[in-house]
Amino acid sequence: MPSNTSPAMRRYIRRLAVCMSVYVVLIFAAGYVFRHAPPEGALAWAVAVLPALPILGTFWTIFRLLAEETDEYLRLMFVRQALFATAFCLSIMTVWEFLQNYEILPPGNGGFGAAFFWFMGLGIGGLWNALTNRDAGEEA
Amino acid sequence: MNNRLRVLRAEHGWSQQDLADRLGVSRQSVNAIEKGRYDPSLPLAFSIADVFGLPIEAIFLKDGDPQ
Repeated sequence: MPSNTSPAMRRYIRRLAVCMSVYVVLIFAAGYVFRHAPPEGALAWAVAVLPALPILGTFWTIFRLLAEETDEYLRLMFVRQALFATAFCLSIMTVWEFLQNYEILPPGNGGFGAAFFWFMGLGIGGLWNALTNRDAGEEA
Repeated sequence: MNNRLRVLRAEHGWSQQDLADRLGVSRQSVNAIEKGRYDPSLPLAFSIADVFGLPIEAIFLKDGDPQ
């Protein structure tokens, strides 16, 4: 029985799992360090940036998927998904910033930054792809 | 762009997965091409033509051309 996922997609899922696992460890570790022994100066910068690194790694895995996927149709679907995510994220952040500019919303983002909304958009884009390909069942 | 992929595949008794395996693409790709949701690149169109032993223009038709 052939797999439904391409080798490039399987590599993407594996890399994504690694990045997300590292992220979970680092976000809790950085929080712990800042609560119990707050670093200062350059070390504070380094510790604060640590949890961002696996997120950057996730962006890298996405671009690797686009480079490694040899199935042109699947690649197109993923490009469409990523473009939807970009439009979704930019729209949310733009509206949010204007609401903050006119002080309707308070400053800050409560931890929900651009990456959060981009990944949310990626999920919605994936659902959109699945819905538009819903009639794509096997035909003998 | 229209195509005769489904008819040709049926003539050969191949499932979408059979054709996908011969082309080295996913079954989703074959399905999308068959249903006209996706026009393949020129290299993939040549591969499809090779698999069926036909010229490209015997498989892919301009919109409005009779099937």
